[in-house]
Amino acid sequence: MEKFDVIVVGAGPSGNGAAYTLAKAGLKVLQLERGESPGTKNVQGAILYSDALEKLIPDFRDSAPLERHVAEQRMWLMDENQSCTGASYRDARFSQEPFNRYTIIRSRFDRWFSEQVKAAGALVVCETTVTGLLRDDAGKVIGVRTEREQGDILADCVILADGANALVGSRAGLRPPIDGKDMALAVKEVLFLPKETLEARFNVGNKQGVVIEIAGNITHGMAGTGFLYTNKDSISIGIGCMLNDLKRQQLTPYQLLEGLKQHPSVAPLIAGAEMKEYSAHLIPEGGYKALPQLVGDGWMIVGDSAGFVNAVHREGSNLAMTSGRFAAECLIELHQAGKPATAANLSGYKQRLDDSFVMADLKKYQHVPDLLNDQPQFLNLYPRLVSDAARDMLIVDGQTKRAKQQHIMAQFRNKRSLLGLLGDAYRFWRAFR
Amino acid sequence: MHIAVCIKQVPDSAQIRVHPVTNTIMRQGVPAIVNPFDLFALEEALRIKDQSGATITVLTMGPPQAEDALRKCLSYGADRAILITDKVFSGADTLATSYVLASALRTLDAQQPLDLIFTGKQTIDGDTAQVGPGIAIRLGYQLLTYVSAIRELNVDARQIFVERRAEGGVQVLQSTLPAVITMLEGANEMRFADMPGMFRAARQEVERWDREAAGIADIKQVGLKGSPTAVAQVFGPKPKAVKAVRIEGDTPVALADAFVERLFTDFPQLEDALLDHLDQLADLGAKS
Repeated sequence: MEKFDVIVVGAGPSGNGAAYTLAKAGLKVLQLERGESPGTKNVQGAILYSDALEKLIPDFRDSAPLERHVAEQRMWLMDENQSCTGASYRDARFSQEPFNRYTIIRSRFDRWFSEQVKAAGALVVCETTVTGLLRDDAGKVIGVRTEREQGDILADCVILADGANALVGSRAGLRPPIDGKDMALAVKEVLFLPKETLEARFNVGNKQGVVIEIAGNITHGMAGTGFLYTNKDSISIGIGCMLNDLKRQQLTPYQLLEGLKQHPSVAPLIAGAEMKEYSAHLIPEGGYKALPQLVGDGWMIVGDSAGFVNAVHREGSNLAMTSGRFAAECLIELHQAGKPATAANLSGYKQRLDDSFVMADLKKYQHVPDLLNDQPQFLNLYPRLVSDAARDMLIVDGQTKRAKQQHIMAQFRNKRSLLGLLGDAYRFWRAFR
Repeated sequence: MHIAVCIKQVPDSAQIRVHPVTNTIMRQGVPAIVNPFDLFALEEALRIKDQSGATITVLTMGPPQAEDALRKCLSYGADRAILITDKVFSGADTLATSYVLASALRTLDAQQPLDLIFTGKQTIDGDTAQVGPGIAIRLGYQLLTYVSAIRELNVDARQIFVERRAEGGVQVLQSTLPAVITMLEGANEMRFADMPGMFRAARQEVERWDREAAGIADIKQVGLKGSPTAVAQVFGPKPKAVKAVRIEGDTPVALADAFVERLFTDFPQLEDALLDHLDQLADLGAKS
């Protein structure tokens, strides 16, 4: 039976972050991936946040397949009257190197990332599903079982980077199974559009990209958002909602996506584009309160599998890469000191997370999932009131502006009492402070 | 016993689309796989190895990324993998391809004498079924195409008996070695690689042969230059413009009645055929 210093289960951002760091430090690393090649099972919008990758591979810009850097960010709020209230932010500094954010196409990017992992010295084996964990008599994890013949493999430590489903950890009883209330289901299409057409439609230059985050009625009152990102010669458009909400409302994600695509503010941007790709994925959006136990004897959990997603800022892959790196750094320290991978020793991984933006950000927004779950007015009422207000102010009909403002205020008070408004303001502030 | 298996990396034709304007194949985003027919060839070679021992070398001519296809073959149990790759090989038709493969196989044979060469009956992207025979002719080996089973292999007597699917039946052929065999689909089922196989595939080096290493004698016979095939036109098949008809009925019986009614209305000749058939049945009944 083969034995490795560490087995990393999964070749997404967290698994790659871990495997890359470990292999570079000279550990004997095996990375197992169930997909045909790294990236075939992975879905993301996708925005790449440079910082997290830079800390792993400082010169990634020289070789990584990047689509466009984000030159402009738009925020759109839709209501049921097919209106769209929006704001856009374009900063010349966004277009100065080194760029902070890029749009990427994950199937290409992950392939590249995996090449770096292999070049660093890790053994990467695809098309191999981990079905369980091996343990010694004391319960310490000592390896993995795969579905292949002679498929048991030993390791001093197993890093679970097995994604949102967290199947390996749940089956092994290291963590509770995922809960529908913590999960968003997102669907996405990649639509082909010639480069010139795309740049003209979005008012951007060569290699510049636009990110549009969309909220409001497109989700039919469910907690969720839509997005539209520009790639080199394609558009990524998608929408995601909480799994339990979709179930309750008997709505399918593709219905929502069709609605988004047909919205009068979106349709002209994607007109004539040809669909290249369709994908769907779970996103663990339970936040801080839904985090499982992160370490145990011989194991660590990283990335989506742990639930490291900041749903408010739509960040996940950066948390994944960073958590993978932290897990690796902790293990490298132990390895160099000749210490075993016990739960106590591996808590250095948890400490690194606590000391970083990963836990700080997750803690900061820990109340947001509850807020959106328990207070539906944030999702259905306010978007409508905001767009009504914008329309009232913009229509020229001989009324005084003061009368219009009074009307808008009356609308807000009508729909939600003054006390309700104040309460919501407090709840909102508390959740986001 | 040394067996060579020639494979090709092809786009998964189930996921391929033809560009509506240019009529060219849109390969972007289409996963590359080992030509499915070649897997029957490889599995047959592996079965010989299981039974009587053999060294299996897989070869392909292709771009650098074809290495993935070779690694896959290593995981199943091939011993050695050679990627024949050189910029001058690009744009090759079946004539030029078989020239390159035959040259490489000759080089391989000089290193370790070959007994059998396997290929799939054809590729799913080109569909020509010409490269296998091309290799046999160039090497002067016996050629056994569309083989559905190997009945007997006698290495000492340098003999092989195979079953060959032919029109109207199965031929059983006897041949001397060395021979080129092109395998038919469904002849066997590819095994599931075990974990040691996966490790070997991930670790083992895939040899790269350029035109020199492959022993190419005549540069004019490779790549686009050595390919007399000219593609006049590429077009996608037009779907037939027949619309589906929806037949409704409240009960299964009503639905069946409506269906039969519609069938006989649309195809009046059916009625005649049915009447003839009934007449025949009546005649038979009368005779018995």
